[in-house]
Amino acid sequence: MNPKPEVNTKILEVKGLKKYFPIRKGFFKKTVGQVKSVDELNFFIEKGETLGLVGESGCGKTTTARSILRAIKPTEGEIWFQKSNQEMVDLNSLSNKKMRLLRGDMQMIFQDPFSSLNPRMNLLDLVGEPMLVNGLKNRKERSERVAELLRLVGLRPEYMQRFPHAFSGGQRQRIVIARALALNPRLVIADEPVSALDVSVQAQVLNLLMELQERLNLTYLFVAHDLSVIKHICNRVAVMYCGKIIETATTEDLFNTPKHPYTAALMSAVPVPDPRARFKMKPLEGEVPSPANPPSGCYFHPRCPHATELCLIEYPELKQVSDNHFVSCHRHDELQLAGVD
Amino acid sequence: MSEVKPLLSVEKLKTCFELDEGTVKAVDGVSFKLYPSKILGIVGESGCGKSITIKSILRILEKPGRITSGKIMFHSTKFPGKAESELVDLAQLEPHCKQIRSIRGNEIALIPQEPMAAFSPVHTIGNQITEAVLLHSSIGSSEAQQIVIKCLREVGIPNPERCMEMYSWELSGGLRQRALISMALVCEPSLLIADEPTTAIDVTTQAQILNLLRILQKDHNTAIIFITHDLGVISQLADDVVVMYLGRVMEVGPVDDIFHNPQHPYTKALLKSIPTINTVNRSWLPTIEGSIPHAFHRPKGCPFHQRCQDVIPGLCDQKTPALHPVTDHQSVSCFKIHDFVDQP
Repeated sequence: MNPKPEVNTKILEVKGLKKYFPIRKGFFKKTVGQVKSVDELNFFIEKGETLGLVGESGCGKTTTARSILRAIKPTEGEIWFQKSNQEMVDLNSLSNKKMRLLRGDMQMIFQDPFSSLNPRMNLLDLVGEPMLVNGLKNRKERSERVAELLRLVGLRPEYMQRFPHAFSGGQRQRIVIARALALNPRLVIADEPVSALDVSVQAQVLNLLMELQERLNLTYLFVAHDLSVIKHICNRVAVMYCGKIIETATTEDLFNTPKHPYTAALMSAVPVPDPRARFKMKPLEGEVPSPANPPSGCYFHPRCPHATELCLIEYPELKQVSDNHFVSCHRHDELQLAGVD
Repeated sequence: MSEVKPLLSVEKLKTCFELDEGTVKAVDGVSFKLYPSKILGIVGESGCGKSITIKSILRILEKPGRITSGKIMFHSTKFPGKAESELVDLAQLEPHCKQIRSIRGNEIALIPQEPMAAFSPVHTIGNQITEAVLLHSSIGSSEAQQIVIKCLREVGIPNPERCMEMYSWELSGGLRQRALISMALVCEPSLLIADEPTTAIDVTTQAQILNLLRILQKDHNTAIIFITHDLGVISQLADDVVVMYLGRVMEVGPVDDIFHNPQHPYTKALLKSIPTINTVNRSWLPTIEGSIPHAFHRPKGCPFHQRCQDVIPGLCDQKTPALHPVTDHQSVSCFKIHDFVDQP
C-alpha cells in the first residue's frame, strides 16, 4: 500500500550540508578543533513520501533535522525547499525575515512529549499559538481551528481548556502532532516521535502519523534509531554513521539487500521478538567513533569485518548501485550481505 | 523441577505508597519463582510495577513505599556465622539490618537503569568497585584490587588497570555499562537483577551487552531477573517470562509459550501491536485502545478490562481474576480462560 508520490518532484533537496561545532579550549577560548556533526550530506525527499533517517546516537540525525529547519545555522551547504507555488528556494541563503514566512510550511514533532509542551499553557493556547503568531488574531476562529485539529488527531475538543499534565504520554504526543499541523505544513520533521512512548501506545501514534499523511498529503522526514519503526513507516531510508550518509535506498531494497556492512550489522543487532530466532545476533565489535576525531579513510573501517587497505586510506564516495540505491563502500559490488528475510 | 528448590520465590507481594491523595497499590499481589541459574524476564509498560517489585526484593524502597503483605523467600548461602544455607524471608527483615546489608550487593546484585547516574562522578571506577569487595569480604585492599581488575577484564574492558584510575564520565556509554556489570558481579552474587540495562544505549552496543550477559550467566551460573519493556530483548535472553500490567501479573510461562502460545488478551494484543523488522511496510498495526490508567484511578476488577477486546461485562469489571495454571508451566489471570477469583 505504498502511496506513490504523484509527480516526480522533490520537496526538499539537501546538497553538501555541513554543520561543524568548534571545540574551544584555554583562557582565550581558542578554537582547537571541530566536531563534524554533519559532514557533506546529500539527499532529497519527494512529495508525499516518508524518508527515514536512522543511525546510532551521536551520528548527526538530530543536527541534520535542525539544520533543515534552520533551528541552527548550517556551516555550509544548500537546502532547496519547494515553496507552495512550486518555486525552489535555498533555505540556507535566506534572511531570517524571509525564512520566517516559510516556517509555517515545515514543522517539527519532538521526541519527548513531557518536555515539549509548556505545562502552564492549556491546549487552546498550545495548539493555537502558531496560528496567533502567524496572524490569526480572532479568538473564536482560532478555537474552532484548534477543535478541528484535536478531532483530527483523535482527542476530544472538550479537552481544550485542560493543561498537559492531565494527559498521558500518548495523548501528549497527539497534542504535539496537532500543534505541528496547525499551520498546514507541507513538510513535517518527526524527531524520534515514538521512542519515549509506551509499547502499547507506539502503535497508535504510528498509525495516526500514517493516516494523517494520507489525508493531508504530508511529507515526512522521520528520524529514529529504531530500525523496526523505520522499516514500518518509511518509503525510503538513509543510514547515517558519524555525520555521513553511508547508504540510502527504498525500504524494501535496504532491508532485503543491504550493500553497506554497517547497515547489515545494524539489522542483525535488532533483537527480534521471537525466542526461536535466538542467537542470530552478531554483535559489532567496538564503538561509534567520536565525530571530533574520526578515523582515517572510511569511518567504519575499524569495526568493519570486510575492511581492506584501501578502506584505511580513502573515504569511499556515495555511489549509485541501482535506481534509488546509493552506498558509500569500496567493496559494495563484491560483498554479499544478509538482509532481513 | 520439583527436585530443584527455587532460589527466590515471591508470594503475593503487595507494595503500597501511602500518599496524601490516597494509597497507590504499585505492586498488587505479585507471585513468581526463580530457579538457580535461570533467566527470568519481567516485561511491562511504564507504571506496571516492575521496578517497585525489584526494589521491594532488595528492600531499597523509598518512603512512603511499604511492603504491606506477602513473602519474598530467598535462599541465602553467604550470611557470615552460618555454614548452612538458609531460607530468609526478605519481606520480614528490617530495611537496614545486618542481614539484608550482607545479602544486598553480595548475594543479590543490581544493575541499575541509568549507567550515567549509577557511578559517582567524583570517585574513580576502581575505587567504587573495590569498595564493594572490601565491604563484603575480609581481604586486603591490594588483593581486592586484583579481583576488580580481573573482573573488569572479564566484562571486556580493554586495559582494565587504566580503567581503575578513570572516572565514570571518561568512559563511553557501552564501557560504562560494562563497568557497572562488573561492579554487580564482583562479589559473585547468586542472583543478579538487571533493571532495563540496555534501554539507554544503542542497538549495536545493546547486542554486545546482551551477549556479554549471556556468556557471564553461563560461566558463573548466576540467576538473572531481567526487567525491560522491550519484547525483543526479553525473547533473546529469558528462560521464563512474567508479563505485568498495573501491578499485577497477567501471565507467566516459558519464553517460547509466551511468544508462540500467549493466552492472556493483553499479551496477545501487545505482541501484535509492536512493529518488528519483519512486519509489512506501511501496514496498519493492530493497537490496544486507550492508555494505561493512572495509578490513582485503577479500575475495579481486572486492571486490563477497560482496554480488553474480550471483556466479559459484569464479571471482568467486578471481580479480579486469580493467576491460575493453564498448562504445566504457564499461568494466566483471565476470566476468559478460567473462573478462579483472586482472594484478597
